[in-house]
Amino acid sequence: MNVAVAEKLTAAPLDAERVRRDFPILSRTVNGKPLVYLDSAASSQQPLPVIGAVERYVTHSHANVHRGVHTLSQEATDAFEGARDRVRRFVNAASVREIVFVRGTTEAINLVAQAYGRPRFGRGDEILITALEHHANIVPWQLLCEQTGCTLKVAPIDRRGQLLFEDFATLLSPRTRLVALAHVSNALGTVLPAKRMIAAAHEQGACVLVDGAQAVPHSHVDVRSLDADFYAFSGHKMYAPTGIGVLYAREEVLASMPPWQGGGDMIRSVTFEKSTYNDLPWRFEAGTPNISGAIGLGAAIDYIESLGLDAIAAHEQRLLEIATSELSAIRGVQLIGTAAHKAAVVSFTMSGVHPHDIGTILDHEGIAIRTGHHCAMPVMDFFDVPATARASFGCYSTPEDVKRLVAAVQRVREVFA
Amino acid sequence: MDLKELYRDVILDHNRAPRNFGRLTPADAQADGHNPLCGDRLSLFLRMNGDHIEDVRFEGKGCAISTASASLMTEAVKGKSRAAADELYQHVHELLTKSNAVPAADIGKLAALSGVREFPARVKCATLCWHTLQAALNGSAVVTTE
Repeated sequence: MNVAVAEKLTAAPLDAERVRRDFPILSRTVNGKPLVYLDSAASSQQPLPVIGAVERYVTHSHANVHRGVHTLSQEATDAFEGARDRVRRFVNAASVREIVFVRGTTEAINLVAQAYGRPRFGRGDEILITALEHHANIVPWQLLCEQTGCTLKVAPIDRRGQLLFEDFATLLSPRTRLVALAHVSNALGTVLPAKRMIAAAHEQGACVLVDGAQAVPHSHVDVRSLDADFYAFSGHKMYAPTGIGVLYAREEVLASMPPWQGGGDMIRSVTFEKSTYNDLPWRFEAGTPNISGAIGLGAAIDYIESLGLDAIAAHEQRLLEIATSELSAIRGVQLIGTAAHKAAVVSFTMSGVHPHDIGTILDHEGIAIRTGHHCAMPVMDFFDVPATARASFGCYSTPEDVKRLVAAVQRVREVFA
Repeated sequence: MDLKELYRDVILDHNRAPRNFGRLTPADAQADGHNPLCGDRLSLFLRMNGDHIEDVRFEGKGCAISTASASLMTEAVKGKSRAAADELYQHVHELLTKSNAVPAADIGKLAALSGVREFPARVKCATLCWHTLQAALNGSAVVTTE
């Protein structure tokens, strides 16, 4: 553990047992055993304040936003736009005009590919990603390449799952129009040097999109300090409901982009001859948005900040250390992804046991982990494994969860003795 | 449900030491099966003698259920006609999906797969090899189960 983390631990320890009481789902049993939920990197659970905020909105204030003069519509609009400002403060964006609500990170990236990339990229242009990317930060660029004739380049990683920065820098050139990188790898937990990468990309005149889905629940994200042009994340990985996410886009970049989808709410006026478009950010929000989801996201941000991101990060780092040392001590367990700087993810394989069998045996013990390729097949190919087992932590995870995980993995060894 | 119902000794044995494992050359037919959800991949090779499966081998990477199922299948269908292999698959499919299915007397060691039905997420692991066999017999090259 580094000194900074140790200081944070003593300064503001997280009372995980108290936190757990905020998450009703954690009191259920699975296969007769108390649930141990170690799949927060796939989707986190929701605390009572989030559930309550959504319920209050639905039972008290629901109406369509930006449309009516009636009281409910105004209340809904205030709550929805209030959530937008809550997001703005959370990531330190300069203006709410830079905060576009979307379905999730995937939609945000597709929006950028189609509304930023498609009108301006062409043959000879390059998009640079990293070998750690989730499929959501690969496939939209491949589609864009097919549509525009531009080329996709991939910056390599080392055997610990860390970006080879020099190779990344070498791949950057004036041909690079856009760099798309994960802030934190979903499959391995590697934290990428986003700020340094962004600076290097900007030197070559490239625009940068950061996939922050795995970063936002675990660390302070300041889009202005990062100097990101685009920063995308999802609500459901940060204790909010599914179906709501955010695209942060620097205002001057967003203002230069044509609309992505057409429909209600994104227009100012429509005639059969011509339509004019709404201001930012609504120009990029065609149709009735996920109002209750946005309100839930606002409540989730309040919740995260009530616990303190430093306290959450320190707590998760402690769990990561325990899990890393105890799992690697089990015979035949191989950790996949051992970067020096990691978020709360432990990916592993076991000799002679397929991850799917690990997943079934752990589920039998009431433990939910992710098994498979984690929507990062190129990462699996790089490590020459068909899949891994992945345990991931959240603010409600405890040392007891890790203890049960370790015991269950030992049980896997027994079954496959 | 008991884990031992899923991971029976027969399953663990066939996972550890799969029978008829490896390529078959020359082969009259080949098909690849892929389960993208869990990453299971297998290739199945057939040598036919008229309507009969004279020899069958497989290779690939998969979980214990898919590996053992493929191993058990190759043992069971070797020497059988297409129709008999089809019929066997119908019995296995029932065994894997119907909660009260009683294994027909003639499915032999394949009965060890009956525990899989208590684990719905794993049924596709057990059926991948059978879909691949169908594909090989019918001349399609690739199947996926998802």
